[in-house]
Amino acid sequence: MTARPKLAVWKFASCDGCQLTLLNCEDELVPLAGEIEIAYFPEATRAVVEGPYDVSLVEGSITTPADLERIHQVRAVSRRLITIGACATSGGIQALRNFADVAEFRSVVYAHPEYLETLDRSTPVAAHVTVDFELRGCPVDRHQLLELLSAELAGRRPRIPTYSVCVECKRRGAVCVMVAGGAPCLGPVTQAGCGALCPAYSRGCYGCFGPQDTPNTRSEADRLRALGRDEVEVLRMFRTFNAAAEPFRQESRRHEAARQHPGQEVAP
Amino acid sequence: MNHKLTDGGRVLRVGALARVEGEGAMHVAFDGADVADVQLRIYEPPRFYEAFLRGRAHTEPPDITARICGICPVAYQTSACWAVEDACGVGVPEPVRLMRRLLYCGEWIESHALHVFLLHAPDFLGYDGAIEMAADHADVVELGLRLKKAGNTLMEVVGGRSVHPVNVRVGGFYRFPSRTELGRLRPVLERALDDALVAVGLVSGFDFPDFEQPHEYLSLRADHGYPIEAGTEVVTSTGRSFPVSQFAQQIEETHVAHSNALHARLAGSDAPYVVGPLARYTLNSDRLSGVAREAARGAGLGERCRNPFRSIVVRAVEIVEACHEALAIIDGWADGSPPRVEVPPRAGEGYGASEAPRGTLFHRYVLDGAGIIQDAQIVPPTSQNQAAVEADLRTMAAAWSGLDDHALQHRCEQAIRSYDPCISCATHFLDLTVERS
Repeated sequence: MTARPKLAVWKFASCDGCQLTLLNCEDELVPLAGEIEIAYFPEATRAVVEGPYDVSLVEGSITTPADLERIHQVRAVSRRLITIGACATSGGIQALRNFADVAEFRSVVYAHPEYLETLDRSTPVAAHVTVDFELRGCPVDRHQLLELLSAELAGRRPRIPTYSVCVECKRRGAVCVMVAGGAPCLGPVTQAGCGALCPAYSRGCYGCFGPQDTPNTRSEADRLRALGRDEVEVLRMFRTFNAAAEPFRQESRRHEAARQHPGQEVAP
Repeated sequence: MNHKLTDGGRVLRVGALARVEGEGAMHVAFDGADVADVQLRIYEPPRFYEAFLRGRAHTEPPDITARICGICPVAYQTSACWAVEDACGVGVPEPVRLMRRLLYCGEWIESHALHVFLLHAPDFLGYDGAIEMAADHADVVELGLRLKKAGNTLMEVVGGRSVHPVNVRVGGFYRFPSRTELGRLRPVLERALDDALVAVGLVSGFDFPDFEQPHEYLSLRADHGYPIEAGTEVVTSTGRSFPVSQFAQQIEETHVAHSNALHARLAGSDAPYVVGPLARYTLNSDRLSGVAREAARGAGLGERCRNPFRSIVVRAVEIVEACHEALAIIDGWADGSPPRVEVPPRAGEGYGASEAPRGTLFHRYVLDGAGIIQDAQIVPPTSQNQAAVEADLRTMAAAWSGLDDHALQHRCEQAIRSYDPCISCATHFLDLTVERS
């Protein structure tokens, strides 16, 4: 019997929800541990098997000087490095700091700034090291995570679509919440993977899987404006859990500029 | 890693605490046999929620603050909803409150099962983690995973998904699940209730170190039932009681050098206080349903429980309570009521609290007339407990000073895990040190 591949799970700035998704595979967890050696996963076990690791799952974004160094160490001990979730793939909700006026941020002063070490930007893992695959979502989808791990075990490419949520919605046979219901929905510009969850609950998609591969964000924004959203509301819709993903970042910048200089077209 | 000091002192550092949610470490310093210092270090990076909530719309806190914690997102969503609705002067109808309670029961079952079986039980049975434990105790791990899945299934039906549910909004829900959808949960929850009763029996047989916390306990208290999604007032074990709106005045938060989480104290007191299962149970055991009360009695719990190691038993009893409550809500559910009320914005300040699995979670928002957030304050359970955990570790470590470093490290780790710290939640925005990239 060949040795089981070694899996490591690493955490950076995050809510723990994506690695929890692995523990939420209740039916698959124990069989999975038979196929893969869970070699480093501090949230689940205090046992540590030394690296190098065949597959590293990385949750969270890079926000501190120490983490900036640590991600390089993780890369060095990982044969395959896979980022999981919006924080690791785009910088996450904490990337809202990237748009903040630092002076304004400082006005929310508490006690001792000297106790804290933090960077002025929250960045995705791929901004610092080579990433072999990025799994989207805030949080990642359990089925996609299992598909990804199965593909890793089989040495094949994972079947993770990059088309929009609209495709999943149509496939599900759901009535369009935007066309029929007038609800603001980011489904047309957001990557599939959730199974069109929000439309199934009678709400518009809020973009937690980040931009799809060919997002027409300007057309989407025009549609949102036509539905009665003002510039600031459109800006806020693009600026949430994947605010720093490039297409969403550019679109929110465009509305920020339009708000500051009404009537002028400003490059993002 | 341990460092011998040349003066005969000893410093124990436990880096990267395992089987806790988030990133923490512990520092214990001995001077001879005396404990010189104990620090629970929280180095989870700050994420600045309270800063970036400013300027957001009053409809956004449920989705945004859910991301503070992937393990208890419903707690954040619920406290946020109460606080925003309070600021806007809107009360929600009873079906909305009941659906919040139902969703919250799912989170209690999921989160408590995670802690009891995957994070805490391995300490008592002598394993590094649940996967290792499964080799010898497959039935125990299966029981835990089945319970955890029942909680997740409930959250998926009501909330759409278990991590960061999508169905919660200010004013209520996007849609109510139908009586038929809820009815399908019945067999799952009946089984879960049976499993939870087995779990109480199982964990009550563990071997618990003798230890009594001296601290003041704090919890919500409700007119009826065990406090879960809300309470009518905040009560403490020394007889304090105040409305949720007074929380910010009654609790003082301070920033200490070794932690990115704030320490909390009750106003006018230098002593730490405790929130969470032990506090909730001690202050509300009279409010438990018959089945949970009987399970608690069978497990040897009195009306109060002050031993943090036994919190695993209280958590199991709370799983029983949550399963019982969920079944009662499902059985009483009638289709047809509107899933939400409108919450038009207005200028004002609002407060909300609920009982997260790890204890009382408080939110406060100040809105302008258009509903834009001017100020936000979030007081999570783990930061409230941090001072008490350190105080307890100081006492425990003194008694354990004769142990070798390896044994001492393991004991201290186990002690910390019994508090179920959720470190992702507790890390707070304080201020920003800028490094230009």
